[in-house]
Amino acid sequence: MNSLFELATEKVTVISGPYGSGKTNVAVNLAMDIAKNNTVCRVADLDIVNPYFRSADNEGMLADLGVQTLIPEFANTNVDIPALPKNYQLLFNGEGKSVADVGGDADGAAVLGLSHDDYINSGYKMYFVYNRYRYVTADPMGALEVLEGIQRASGLTFHGIINNSNLGEETTAETVINAIPYATEFAQMANLPLLLTTSPDWVEVPNTVKIKDITKKLF
Amino acid sequence: MGEKLLMKGNEAIAEAAIRSGCKLFFGYPITPQTELAEYMAKQMPKRGGLSLQAESEVAAINMVLGAASTGARVITSSSSPGISLKSEGISYIIGSDLPCVIVNVQRGGPGLGGIQPAQSDYNQATKALGHGDGHAIVLAPNSVQEIATLVGEAFDLADIYRMPCMILADGALGQMMEPVDFEAKPAREIPEKDWACCGHGGKRVHNIVNSLYIEPEKLEEIVNERFERYRKLEENEVKYEEYLTEDADIILVSYGITARIAKTAVRNARKMGIKAGLFRPITLYPFPKKQLMALAEKTNCFLSVEMNMGQMVNDVKLAIECKKPVYHYGRTGGMIPSPEEILQKIQEYSGGNA
Repeated sequence: MNSLFELATEKVTVISGPYGSGKTNVAVNLAMDIAKNNTVCRVADLDIVNPYFRSADNEGMLADLGVQTLIPEFANTNVDIPALPKNYQLLFNGEGKSVADVGGDADGAAVLGLSHDDYINSGYKMYFVYNRYRYVTADPMGALEVLEGIQRASGLTFHGIINNSNLGEETTAETVINAIPYATEFAQMANLPLLLTTSPDWVEVPNTVKIKDITKKLF
Repeated sequence: MGEKLLMKGNEAIAEAAIRSGCKLFFGYPITPQTELAEYMAKQMPKRGGLSLQAESEVAAINMVLGAASTGARVITSSSSPGISLKSEGISYIIGSDLPCVIVNVQRGGPGLGGIQPAQSDYNQATKALGHGDGHAIVLAPNSVQEIATLVGEAFDLADIYRMPCMILADGALGQMMEPVDFEAKPAREIPEKDWACCGHGGKRVHNIVNSLYIEPEKLEEIVNERFERYRKLEENEVKYEEYLTEDADIILVSYGITARIAKTAVRNARKMGIKAGLFRPITLYPFPKKQLMALAEKTNCFLSVEMNMGQMVNDVKLAIECKKPVYHYGRTGGMIPSPEEILQKIQEYSGGNA
């Protein structure tokens, strides 16, 4: 695939995977790409695990692009409870396309199990975000365990792998290139297609999909 | 150089501890530190260690007291309200001259406060982690990479000086992800733990670990001896970083995550022609007093930037014996200062030039 937009073939695109693999970055970039393709779109922050650094941080920027953000009422406040956006049913019955940004691991994916039937009935594609440089997924077996755990917790099945291997701001072309064989091996083990490899917009790597780093900057 | 991994600060603390030979973790979950406990729970059993979720922070710190008595490397972690609960146990550990590592991933307070980042436990960490005359070493990393080296250093310092060492982090540092390389930090010589209660096998007199002394004379002697060790610690182990302080008219003093925000502000001030610099204490106890005093001879004023209402600012004043004006800028309650806000203060205090 040459763009994130091509992932959004169904009503709901679920971005799931291990904790810290870059799901929010992929989900927000995907929503931006859908909006650029003149399709009505919303992204739902379904992260019930992380207290900060979440898609809710990008509400303003997304609104400028015409993307609606479904945010848990208490995101980025001091209320430390796993809550869902009160309007999250729009994921299934809103106009156009929806992107679900799910919390990490099987714990985060429990939120998908809750609405299992809605995903099936409205039509979904679920993608696994892989980062070879995270400690759990540095080993493909570790990544596979997380993948199976998410499928068990959600009752949904993955349709492909997004290779989002990165080292944050220190990502170089080499970082991206060196991870591709690992992503390929993992996709084979998981018996899923490796759909695309991302690269941050400051590096040049052929055959990758460029994405913006939308992580909130403190300094 | 080893291979770099992308890690959260909380995960890196746990990984660095395991790599430093720590086999025991006792803790209790609390945001924004829970990933540390989770990492320990997942990794310790696979790596020959033990991770135990105690029934409370009080139980956890007393498990640390017991484990440390045997000479084992042991760690506990919490966030602000949980550290207050550990206070009694920490005092017992100080009073028993035991090494251990205690992590505080600070959040807004007082009380239950909030779950967003803060540095409002500075006074507690550096002045009164527990009751009585005593201290813990306090290290303040400012990046996930620095966590990787300072956690190992914390275990070494604790062993060498026989005292608890606190890693004073904050929610932002605990939650943010950065690349980290766990290359071995320089090895230090660790004295033999001939005081440990680890079984005498009938071959030596049994050891006693205790913080109760019957005679006041004896207790005074013990406390004096302990303070002699604190003096050596201050002489040999002060750590800090200086950035553009050489010709600075205004020197920001800041630690942890706030120091990185302050650094951006200093860089932007320089672009505007303001001679700003940054002094970053890495050891908060012992505090780099001599180094600040030397800077007081050269600069016009200091600006302490903290995520609190003004705590370290008093240590800066004491260190320089009020030779130059010392200002404070802080946000509190879980709010993080921006580089722009800090720059504005730099402009204000450096005479409004540029």
